Amino acid sequence: MSTLNRRSFMKASGALVGALLAAGLMTTNAFAADFPTDKVMTTGLAVTDTTVKVGILHSATGTMAISETGSIQAEKLAIEQINAMGGILGRKIEVIQEDGGSDWPTFAEKAKKLLASDKVAAVMGCWTSASRKAALPVFEKENGLLFYPTFYEGLEQSKNVFYTGQEATQQILAGLDWIAKEKKAKTFYLIGSDYIWPRTSMKIARKHIEKNLKGSVVGEEYIALGDTQFGSVINKIKLKKPDVIYAAVVGGSNVAWFKQLNAAGLNSAKQTMLTISVTEDEVLGIGGENLAGFYSAMKYFQSQTNPENVKFVAAFKKKYGKDAVIGDVTQAAYLGPWLYKAAVERAGSFDVDKVQAALPGYVFKDAPEGSVTVEKNHHLTTKLRIGQWGKDGQAKVVYTSGYIKPDPFPKGYQ
Amino acid sequence: MFDYSMADMGNIMVMQGFSGLSMFTVLLLMALGLAIIFGQMGVINMAHGEFMTIGAYTTVMLSKVAATYGFVNYYFLVAIVLAFILAFALGYFVEYIMIRHLYKRPLDTLLATWGLSLVMQQAFRSSFGAKEVSAELPEWMLGSFKPTPDIDIPINGVFVMVLALLVTAGVYMFMYRSRWGLRVRATVQNRVMAGAVGINTKKVDRITFALGCGIAGIAGAAFTTIASTGPTTGTLYIVDSFMVVVFGGAASLMGTIASAFGIAQAQSILQFFMTSSMGKVSTLLVIVGILMMKPEGLFASKLRK
Repeated sequence: MSTLNRRSFMKASGALVGALLAAGLMTTNAFAADFPTDKVMTTGLAVTDTTVKVGILHSATGTMAISETGSIQAEKLAIEQINAMGGILGRKIEVIQEDGGSDWPTFAEKAKKLLASDKVAAVMGCWTSASRKAALPVFEKENGLLFYPTFYEGLEQSKNVFYTGQEATQQILAGLDWIAKEKKAKTFYLIGSDYIWPRTSMKIARKHIEKNLKGSVVGEEYIALGDTQFGSVINKIKLKKPDVIYAAVVGGSNVAWFKQLNAAGLNSAKQTMLTISVTEDEVLGIGGENLAGFYSAMKYFQSQTNPENVKFVAAFKKKYGKDAVIGDVTQAAYLGPWLYKAAVERAGSFDVDKVQAALPGYVFKDAPEGSVTVEKNHHLTTKLRIGQWGKDGQAKVVYTSGYIKPDPFPKGYQ
Repeated sequence: MFDYSMADMGNIMVMQGFSGLSMFTVLLLMALGLAIIFGQMGVINMAHGEFMTIGAYTTVMLSKVAATYGFVNYYFLVAIVLAFILAFALGYFVEYIMIRHLYKRPLDTLLATWGLSLVMQQAFRSSFGAKEVSAELPEWMLGSFKPTPDIDIPINGVFVMVLALLVTAGVYMFMYRSRWGLRVRATVQNRVMAGAVGINTKKVDRITFALGCGIAGIAGAAFTTIASTGPTTGTLYIVDSFMVVVFGGAASLMGTIASAFGIAQAQSILQFFMTSSMGKVSTLLVIVGILMMKPEGLFASKLRK
């Protein structure tokens, strides 16, 4: 340790006063002068003595705006809070927001713009796997840094991406174990929208059901995206009478699916259903009365009562109105800026290579969902929760798993 | 397939029959407005889906008002009327500022209305938010009707069915039993002659287009009972609508009805015996095959060429 001189004394007392004023809310507030720009950034990123530029790349227009708006809001909230605490290494975050427009090539184009001409230090963004796959080559070529919030099918790992949502096995296995044990379920009917995420997820689910749970899959069905007619499928389900419907239907179809299921008399009193595609965001469209009693497997629910989450929900509602809801992905998006801040502070540098190396091993204790750990494979170790939906559109957490390590390339499930 | 009891099979057949009929009425309601605009006027209205969305948002907004003032049980009928009026008015306006300049350039209407659909989608997004919303349904419309303990007939399906039949009957009366319909048909068959005998063909065009849009509004209101409402909801319906109208033979109301029935039954039955997406693919293949043999659709109007 260095001897106590005037400067560090001032700094310490400054920090002490700050900490007292903020009633202990603040963590160490580094002064930018302690981290001269030419030391913390050697690769031409947009970092000045007082600011650091960070990109947000989501769809604010087009079909996916429905889902991605929540992520944008959460990321902006996190950045605002970080700035209020003094920023990262004393530098305020300046946001450059680009619109992917629900068009995958546009994501690649805008990623290129953010990295090559704006020189942003990191990007919070992408939502669908398709948009991530489109932008990924750009991030790898320009050596950028992407924080990706959505739960997704796995089978990917890039040094340029941190995945703050769950990969498929984290979301699927523990949920199936729970429902098999709790509901003595033996027969499963799998239904999903027809694209890569539901298909990969169902493949994993089927292997797990057949090999490990000794159950059977009595039907597997994929619905074209946007299809709203479920009459025939529902009749098939009625004929097969499965113990559990395991569902991954997304988008506009999701709403039609639940409404018609209820109208056909298959409500939660008669049928157990576990879905991996319904968060608080979707419930707005589906309507709580159509969902009441069914289960979702997610890592986060808005109704969690831990103090970190109560604080997060209050801040979110204060900024976006009392009717705002927070789904699983929104919370995961909120983690992005915080993880980035932690990584830069651990690295003592904004340089992408150093940030990448510094983040794995970090434990984020104050995450709204509860403590998460960043693993070497750039995914997070998290818990899985089962929520039972109520009429008010909020889920009651009925089960919380232990910590589940991410396994994006699961052996025996491919 | 044989480990089910006869009673089970019977129940499923009843419900399956109903789900086919229900899909038929949904397709019919979607396509009716388009059948008038595309079938009678030859305008390719790519914004048809967005006029449905107007109806849907009208219903959702009214349901919020109804929930506040406690008339949830009755608002739906008001919503249907209001949806019609709003979509009609907007259709009237759009015809006036845009469509009427493009009657002689049918392919340009395709582009112009497509542009209009994008503008409308973004307008919905800006004014109602990007998230999907749902209308609060009256108590009597939820759940199912049970003739026996094992048969469930969805009430919202019955509702859409009744509405579709009423609207179809209304359109039929309008087109074939009223003076207005006569003028519309005269204008379609020979615009110059119709003008010569004193029909205001411009006004006929405007009313016809607006009427098609208004019916789309009704369809949109009805679909809030089976699906959700978002800025891009209309895009879910536009392809099916065109398919029904083209397959039926553009200028014929009977054709639209027959084609909606055929497509719905084929799809519903195939989806029961195959997987859902394969059922849809097979239906489309059959349609393509038939259209190759009968390019004018099922009920082509007999014209001397």
